[in-house]
Amino acid sequence: MTSTAPAIELKGISKAFGPVQANKDISIRVMPGTIHGIIGENGAGKSTLMSILYGFYKADAGEIFIGGQKTEIPDSQAAIAAGIGMVFQHFKLVENFTVLENIILGAEDGRMLRPSLAKARASLLELAEDYGLHVEPDALIEDIGVGMQQRVEILKALYRQADILILDEPTGVLTPAEADQLFRILGRLRSEGKTIILITHKLREIMDITDTVSVMRRGEMTATVKTSETSPQELAELMVGRKVLLRVDKTPAKPGEVVLDIKGLKVVDDQGVERLRGIDLQVRAGEVVGIAGVAGNGQSELLEVLGGYEQGTGSITLNGHSLDLTGKESDGRSRRRRGIAHVPEDRQREGLIMDFQAWENTAFGYHHDDAYRAGILMNNAAVRADTATKMERFDVRPPIPSLAAKNFSGGNQQKIVLAREIERNPDLLLVGQPTRGVDIGAIEFIHQQIVALRDQGKAILLVSVELEEILALSDRIAVMFDGRVMGERLPAETDEKELGLLMAGITDTDHPHSVEEIEANLAHAGGDAHKEV
Amino acid sequence: MDVMPKWAEVVLVPLISLLLAAVISALVILAIGEDPIAAASLMVEGAVGSVRGWGYTLYYATNFIFTGLAVAVAFHARLFNIGGEGQAMLGGLGVALALLYVPWPHWTIGLIAATGMAAAFGALWALIPAYLQAKRGSHIVITTIMFNFIASALLIWMLNEFLKPVGSQDPASARFATHLDLPTLNGWLASMGIKASKDDSVNVTFLVALACAVGVWVLMWKTRLGYEIRAFGHSESAAKYAGINPVKITVVAMLISGGLAGLMGINTVMGEAERLVLNSTEGAGFIGIAVALMGRSHPLGVVIAAILFGFLYQGGAELALWTSIPRELIVVIQALVILFTGALDNMVRMPLERMFLASKRRREAAKPERKPVEPAE
Repeated sequence: MTSTAPAIELKGISKAFGPVQANKDISIRVMPGTIHGIIGENGAGKSTLMSILYGFYKADAGEIFIGGQKTEIPDSQAAIAAGIGMVFQHFKLVENFTVLENIILGAEDGRMLRPSLAKARASLLELAEDYGLHVEPDALIEDIGVGMQQRVEILKALYRQADILILDEPTGVLTPAEADQLFRILGRLRSEGKTIILITHKLREIMDITDTVSVMRRGEMTATVKTSETSPQELAELMVGRKVLLRVDKTPAKPGEVVLDIKGLKVVDDQGVERLRGIDLQVRAGEVVGIAGVAGNGQSELLEVLGGYEQGTGSITLNGHSLDLTGKESDGRSRRRRGIAHVPEDRQREGLIMDFQAWENTAFGYHHDDAYRAGILMNNAAVRADTATKMERFDVRPPIPSLAAKNFSGGNQQKIVLAREIERNPDLLLVGQPTRGVDIGAIEFIHQQIVALRDQGKAILLVSVELEEILALSDRIAVMFDGRVMGERLPAETDEKELGLLMAGITDTDHPHSVEEIEANLAHAGGDAHKEV
Repeated sequence: MDVMPKWAEVVLVPLISLLLAAVISALVILAIGEDPIAAASLMVEGAVGSVRGWGYTLYYATNFIFTGLAVAVAFHARLFNIGGEGQAMLGGLGVALALLYVPWPHWTIGLIAATGMAAAFGALWALIPAYLQAKRGSHIVITTIMFNFIASALLIWMLNEFLKPVGSQDPASARFATHLDLPTLNGWLASMGIKASKDDSVNVTFLVALACAVGVWVLMWKTRLGYEIRAFGHSESAAKYAGINPVKITVVAMLISGGLAGLMGINTVMGEAERLVLNSTEGAGFIGIAVALMGRSHPLGVVIAAILFGFLYQGGAELALWTSIPRELIVVIQALVILFTGALDNMVRMPLERMFLASKRRREAAKPERKPVEPAE
């Protein structure tokens, strides 16, 4: 390999899935020993491109050069042989195997395991030393935290002699402190001559760690620039294709009466594990209360109890009247009648029926509503008309009520849900992960709608794993860890660092804490931090 | 995005599948040394070449509409009701009980009573598996299959112990009063002065079946209950979010499904046999699965598929009667139709989709100024 040859070069890569052109004539060069960011909205084609590089898909056209050599990558074995390692967003680890067993999985030397394990243990220690990748070789995957699981994934790639590492949205499951540690590791890998491709939708990560960055939009590569010569604003514009507001524009809240009052709420799941261990929380009219936390620490259960499809004990009152938590009135229909609207965390599993048309989804949950009925029949014409109005008001594209939900982009699907829930004019709006899998352009719009509802004097309970979103939207922040509220903060008086410590269950936030301590805490929390992120 | 136009989806795919099934069937007939062309024309002649043929084709179709609708309704709630056979047997039992012990003054009133009893008995037979599925998570496929056997045993016991006339050797009930015989197509044609056969084949139950098809269509696409059933069938997690009670939907969908299967009893017991006999269902409960699959769980599709299967049944019977082709071959042909229209659906669909896509691309390439719809993720 000559020193001037790029580590990876793609020339004219194209790939179509049916009618969708996922990648269109994409070319990039990544020099060895650099970190190259690929940023783009959901559905821009980032993951497709990396899947082609890793041999999961075959490109319709184009060439791949590794270290200057033209290389065919028909499958992932070929990718590994070419020195490419991939760390997926959803880890591919065997939960009940040890770290060491996972590392050699698929790379065993012979029929007998013992020599492979011994060899792996030796090289694992060496790799850990070289790159600062601390893991416990004999711990079971299910017992260690997400941060360490991710390091196992990186070690897996390095053990297979990867020179090029691809990381797909690596910080989605990490607390800020863990993310910082990951970036330190990546920096170290770079200085040891490894080449890293970082796929992300977070502008800040790109600015912090990459040397060069490529922007993708609608399957095309719109620009490749040196990170030092660009700005978040410019990158956002390149991603979306127009100017975007990165900050949420809002006036200070004018909180009124207490709308939602939760006292000592507990939830036990089917396995008998306590998911909520006594939650006390208030939301007032005209304020947004944001719940921060690593996914799986009870936020979902909190929304589910309030939304009426999980049972709990304790007391919840809405406008002074108590809510039924276990009986006949504890279902979603009763909650809606009481004035609670709910934008669920997972719109594809809960908020929408993907095979239903948009108009059918607009009635979803409200199909008993008088406006939607004609005698014993459903008034389909009325629902369609209502859908058309809502689509226009929420700028859903394309505005076709008869199009199936699955044929809309993520952002437009979310707008359909949001339109349905916000337009009911609820007293309390529950919002889970409002902008997950949503493009930047739509994020701006969705945030504006939430703030507008707040300004009408409605109470809003927001759950998000994106700290930036919590900080931008909330008037008050409650941090959840292991089924408890660890503390409440005002956004003006806190920062990501402090919230990050609370998210790891550490309340004495004034003292310095090691990443190891944070990880140990998270690993021992009852919640499954890895759940559905 | 829908890749194929609707007409291709609804008409072209099943048509090509049927054609394939026909070709393979022809090869099988050739292999056993018979002439496939002659066999085919004999089937067509026997099934639709005469009033008598039509009568039986539609008689069988009536059965298949009921059982097909039954399976289709359950499918919409993502429940696989394999118990149509047993539910139809119980429906027949309900019909017999209604007609044997109450002296109805006229067949119309008798029909109403029989309909109610058939539906109630069929629904009741589906209730237990439904409850076990909804409350205990016992798999509905297993329980409904087992209930088929129980129904069969129950029927034998009832016939032998209670319903068989004293001194009779035949495990069958007494004949219903003759004024309760349902009007048949043949009878109607005869009254018009047209010569037809005297068989008690297709009867007024066919109209009941068509009414049920319309009813199912209204239920599934025009009512809130149908909306809830379909929503539950597509996504249980979403249904829970929307406040739809999974227990209620499972039970209600199965009650409707069982009731529809039970209604088949009117056709076979009241319409054709005019008494309760063993094995009057003749496997129609299972054919219903194929009919629902082929009809894509849509009532119109179910009616069309049921008529096709009625044709196969009647044509097959003729074939066995007039040639040395064994009756079992008909089962092979039916199996091939089910295989191609149901199980191997994608074998036809995928190449077709690719074809339509390619032609669409060519058209779009011809006029590149048209902006494509924003791609889904």
